[in-house]
Amino acid sequence: MQGIPLTHILFVSTALFLIGMYGLFTRRNLITMLMSIELMLNSVNINFVAFNKYLYPDKLDGIFFSIFIITIAAAEAAVAIAIIINLYRTHTSIDVEDATEMKY
Amino acid sequence: MSNYSYLYWIPLLPLATFLVLGMFGRKYLSPISGMLGTLSLAGSTLISLFAANQYFFVDGKMNGVYQKITAFRFTWLTFSPNVSIDMSVIVDPISVMMLVVVTFVSLMVHVFSLGYMKGEKRFATYYAFLSLFTFSMLGLVLAGNIFQIYIFWELVGVSSFLLIGFYFEKPSAVAASKKAFIVTRFADLGFLIGILILAFYGKTLDIGVLVERLTSVQSPEYLGIAGAGFLGISVLSWGLSLVFIGGAGKSAMFPLHIWLPDAMEGPTPVSALIHAATMVVAGVYLVARLFPIFSMDVSVMHLITYVGVFSALFAAIIACTQTDIKRVLAYSTMSQIGYMMFALGISHQTGESGLGYMASMFHLFTHAFFKSLLFLGAGAVIHLVHSNDMKDMGGLRKWMPITHMAFLVGCLAISGIPPFAGFFSKEEILTAAFHNSPFVYGIALFTAGLTAFYMFRLYFSIFWKKEASHAYTHGEGTLTMKIPLVILTILAAGAGLLPFSRWVTADGISMETHTDLLFSAIPVSFTALAILLAMYWYKNENDKPARFASMAGGWYRAAHRKFYVDEIYLFVTGKILFPLVGRPIAWFDKNIVDGCMNLLATLTARFSSLIKRWQSGSVQNYALYFFGGIAALAVLFIYLWK
Repeated sequence: MQGIPLTHILFVSTALFLIGMYGLFTRRNLITMLMSIELMLNSVNINFVAFNKYLYPDKLDGIFFSIFIITIAAAEAAVAIAIIINLYRTHTSIDVEDATEMKY
Repeated sequence: MSNYSYLYWIPLLPLATFLVLGMFGRKYLSPISGMLGTLSLAGSTLISLFAANQYFFVDGKMNGVYQKITAFRFTWLTFSPNVSIDMSVIVDPISVMMLVVVTFVSLMVHVFSLGYMKGEKRFATYYAFLSLFTFSMLGLVLAGNIFQIYIFWELVGVSSFLLIGFYFEKPSAVAASKKAFIVTRFADLGFLIGILILAFYGKTLDIGVLVERLTSVQSPEYLGIAGAGFLGISVLSWGLSLVFIGGAGKSAMFPLHIWLPDAMEGPTPVSALIHAATMVVAGVYLVARLFPIFSMDVSVMHLITYVGVFSALFAAIIACTQTDIKRVLAYSTMSQIGYMMFALGISHQTGESGLGYMASMFHLFTHAFFKSLLFLGAGAVIHLVHSNDMKDMGGLRKWMPITHMAFLVGCLAISGIPPFAGFFSKEEILTAAFHNSPFVYGIALFTAGLTAFYMFRLYFSIFWKKEASHAYTHGEGTLTMKIPLVILTILAAGAGLLPFSRWVTADGISMETHTDLLFSAIPVSFTALAILLAMYWYKNENDKPARFASMAGGWYRAAHRKFYVDEIYLFVTGKILFPLVGRPIAWFDKNIVDGCMNLLATLTARFSSLIKRWQSGSVQNYALYFFGGIAALAVLFIYLWK
């Protein structure tokens, strides 16, 4: 465990974040976009845990933050899926490009 | 010192009536609203009479002087530790006297209106307004703080406005109510500035403290206000003159009288209450309330004297030529208030030389009864004839015997024929004038003759002159209209016999007055001659008045047109103020002020239409802006922010 330097872990989390961002911008399916957001959240979680472990090993703050984020991500997923279901009921589609009525 | 704090119920009862009738009257209480208003006011009247009895006969006097008692006070707004607006109840001879007058006359008018206004669509609203007026007038009378007077002063103005415009379907009533409101508001501007001047130098708004400070010649406040000058006149004179302008506006003194004749557009009982007995004497009451301060300044006292005596004469001359019976009564009111004003103006603070003050208050007291009697009588006549013009009347004595008697007593009282009420009070005024200024006495005497002449011209034109032109379908009116007439007739006949000078004097010390037969002989015989002249001209139809009118020519026409005062006002406002001041201001407002606002709005709209495309409705665009913004901030804070 100690053999792996911090930068390796940060590379992994950055890669995960960018993959999530790429998915968010390129996908048109709302569920896939939601999954991309989860990826980005998880990359942040990895950062928190890694910094906590390497920089302040005797504290738990980073771990608490990641637990918070997991909780909030769960709530956010529930709300987002409810929105998607309602969107499907009105538009019979979950394509993000079919739902652009809310504009100027 | 006994407790008078129950006095605050006197104004609060009409206030409660106003609130109840104003909120629920029209929908739910319309049939009983008249009784409700009358009963609650009867309660106020009883409390007032009880308080007057307690004050004048039981415990108002200490060491032979009637005390000024602050019965109740709560601080409403505090500006600084010394300057605050309080709501208070002051008990002193004039406030107790006014309480009785206001509640009693108001009660009579309430009862009379039960018959007079019967079947009116807005019956409940009418009683709500009457209650509002009574509340405001009582608050004004009891005020111990000069700003409290101002607040209630505006409230009586607004209730007068509402009641003059009660028949708002008539354009003339609407015009009259606006005129009354604007003219009195204009005068109240002077009043407000005057209050602010007095309060600034006196460093208080409380009347008792103000009087104490501004009447002791050594006090720093007095030295400050009398020492400071503006345009060569001391600030004390400025302040007092401005306060007097407010009083003159409310009391219809020349040249601010133009609203009073037009105010006769309101229902007649309202004219009896507001424009004869109570509200229009508020100006006199104000001067009397601040009398110790006024008497410190001789020049302002002269102003009051000459404005009063000129108004008395001026209005009496106009009254001789009017044909609308209510307008005659309105000008006569103005004339009688002129008497009260100049009686205050020639008075001094203490002892025998304070006779004018006592006489003025006495005349206010008796005038309230006989003038409201005359107005209610006129109301009964109008109720029968359905016209205000004396040409449509004549020979009515057979149709309305009670009104006829009441009107006759009222005319005798206002003319000053002994032993009716007006004789005693007018006699005191003339005595005071005689001892102070022969010039004023001469004009007052001549005006007394004119008063008798125009009142009996009115009387003979209504009740004699010719036979009734046609048979009237109904009689004098309901019982509720007759009872107030009878009660007020008794008072108009007998109120002068009260030993008024023992109760109300400038310094609170009782005074004995005596009627000097030799002195009375001149005015009484003069008025008797005037009555005989009126009888000779108007008892039977003849062409003598018309011949005299054509002989007087231009003078008669000028008096008939009210000496063109209205035309002068119209000229000043329409030809000078509106084009030279109003139009440029309106242009500035429309083009510059509004223009700036419009420019700002147009620019904002243009800019927003430029950038609104950014809000495309596409979620992924928004996410892109979001991440772009984060990236830009990160670059800014990490690399560029040093």
